[in-house]
Amino acid sequence: MLVVFFIVPTVMNFVFAFTDWSAFKNTIDFNGIDNFVTLFQDGTLLRDIRTTLIYAVCIAIFQNTFGLLLAVLLEEDTRLNRFARVMFFIPVIMSALAVGYIWQAVLKTDGALDQMLSALVGHHVTTGLLGNTTWAIVVISAIQGWKWMGLAMLIFLAGLKTIDADVIEAARIDGANAHQLFWTIKFPLLAPAFTFNVATSLLGSLNGFDMVQAMTKGGPGGSTEILNIFVWRTFGQGLYSQSTTMSMILFILVALIALPVIYFLRRRERNIF
Amino acid sequence: MSSVTAQYNGHKEQQTFKSQAPRWRRILHNATVIIAMLALLAVPFWLLVVTAGKTQAEALKLDMSLPDKWMLLENFATVIKDGKMVAALFGSIAVTVPAVLIAILFGSMASWILARRTTKPMAFLYALGISGLILPPAVVTVMMLLKMIGLSGTALGMICVYVGIYLSTVIFFVTGFIRTIPPSLEESMRVDGAKPARIFFTLILPLLSPTIATATILLILYIWNDVFYALFILSGKMSTLPLNLYNVASAGLYLNNWHLIFAYIILMSLPLLIIFAAAQRKIISGITGGAVK
Repeated sequence: MLVVFFIVPTVMNFVFAFTDWSAFKNTIDFNGIDNFVTLFQDGTLLRDIRTTLIYAVCIAIFQNTFGLLLAVLLEEDTRLNRFARVMFFIPVIMSALAVGYIWQAVLKTDGALDQMLSALVGHHVTTGLLGNTTWAIVVISAIQGWKWMGLAMLIFLAGLKTIDADVIEAARIDGANAHQLFWTIKFPLLAPAFTFNVATSLLGSLNGFDMVQAMTKGGPGGSTEILNIFVWRTFGQGLYSQSTTMSMILFILVALIALPVIYFLRRRERNIF
Repeated sequence: MSSVTAQYNGHKEQQTFKSQAPRWRRILHNATVIIAMLALLAVPFWLLVVTAGKTQAEALKLDMSLPDKWMLLENFATVIKDGKMVAALFGSIAVTVPAVLIAILFGSMASWILARRTTKPMAFLYALGISGLILPPAVVTVMMLLKMIGLSGTALGMICVYVGIYLSTVIFFVTGFIRTIPPSLEESMRVDGAKPARIFFTLILPLLSPTIATATILLILYIWNDVFYALFILSGKMSTLPLNLYNVASAGLYLNNWHLIFAYIILMSLPLLIIFAAAQRKIISGITGGAVK
């Protein structure tokens, strides 16, 4: 099954990226690297790769920062903390599309956030976060980070639980304060959890789609168009070969990023243990 | 004083220093937890619930106020009838349940073999298997392939695609875990004349339950909530809950009908929320126990 539904299509993808396959013609002919040249010349290729990279890096940062802060905050097993962990996990089990629509309602011009701010300062305020060509992608990635922070939190908590209590006790007897304890003992020992979280959030979001589709559909002006949004858009227009070309570029992009990232994180783990 | 002593006895190892922490620090900590929950979760969830309970005119304003008259049940009824939710629910179940079961079963069988035979070709197969964990599948050509074999737009085709995509996730989780199980147990069973299938189902599978739990939870989350692959493969012929939400929210009929979209979101989140509420302790300990090894 893996072979039929994963490997065969991937190989076929590499072939069709070099054709002029579309919904408007009955024949499929090879046209060399025309698809790449077209995408490169109209600037879509580089813009979408850049947007995808920004999106993925921001998500990795947001998701893991939020997740780590929550894990540290909720580390002790009190009743309130257990309740909070459950609450923070609810966004994780919701559909990204649904989360996207809810936050769109909060953030859109004259949405809930604008109205609350207006009431707070006493006059009309528009933040226009989702209409901003520079910041919209960062806002969307913050929301995606918000959605998944509960999972990152649980994985960091699991990491914290595996740390030997004697190590912490020894450091405390040596006079380490809470700040030193965290940065010199706990954080390095969280390396396996860190690897898992960073790798899954970074590589998973390169393949993202739902959140962006729900919040901006790639707009304003294409500024939040990540690769999969392009794949879906051109597919809908019947331009199958452009769609496959971009899909192949995404594949190569992920492969190029995944190998060094995982190698680096694993080496970091080995240096610590 | 007595509560401090009780705690001290309860978790001697962990609590030795914490029982010495001043009371104001604990209060400050709890206050921080509550503020964090309010700041991060209250606004979106409050907006979701109040808007889902409003009339169209009221919901258009998208503010945080309570509805004049709660219309929640009426809105639910509208989306269930007009949004074709029942068909979508069955579509979601028909795709998610078999896909998760097949991926878990085949994935753990494959992992057992991959973990136990450490020859060169097996190592290569393993690398190929888990490469699917990070590499995105070529979605357009998958769709074309399914069209050629006549499975496009069917639950079966969708199940095959999900199994193909997520098999590697299962292999990745389970292989690492099997390597920590000593092979001596299965060898003694083999000496006693047990067939591999029997060894797998009576010995290996039960031992794997913690990791399988984690992998199952993640797979259900991914597959139940997926829209991207469903958009391509099912292409309007069949519906799942998130796919239906996408169609409902993009259709002209529902434009500016925030109350209906939000009512839909609440209803579609309920199945997983109920399962999660019933099993939250198991799920949370499953993830914390199985993910990082």
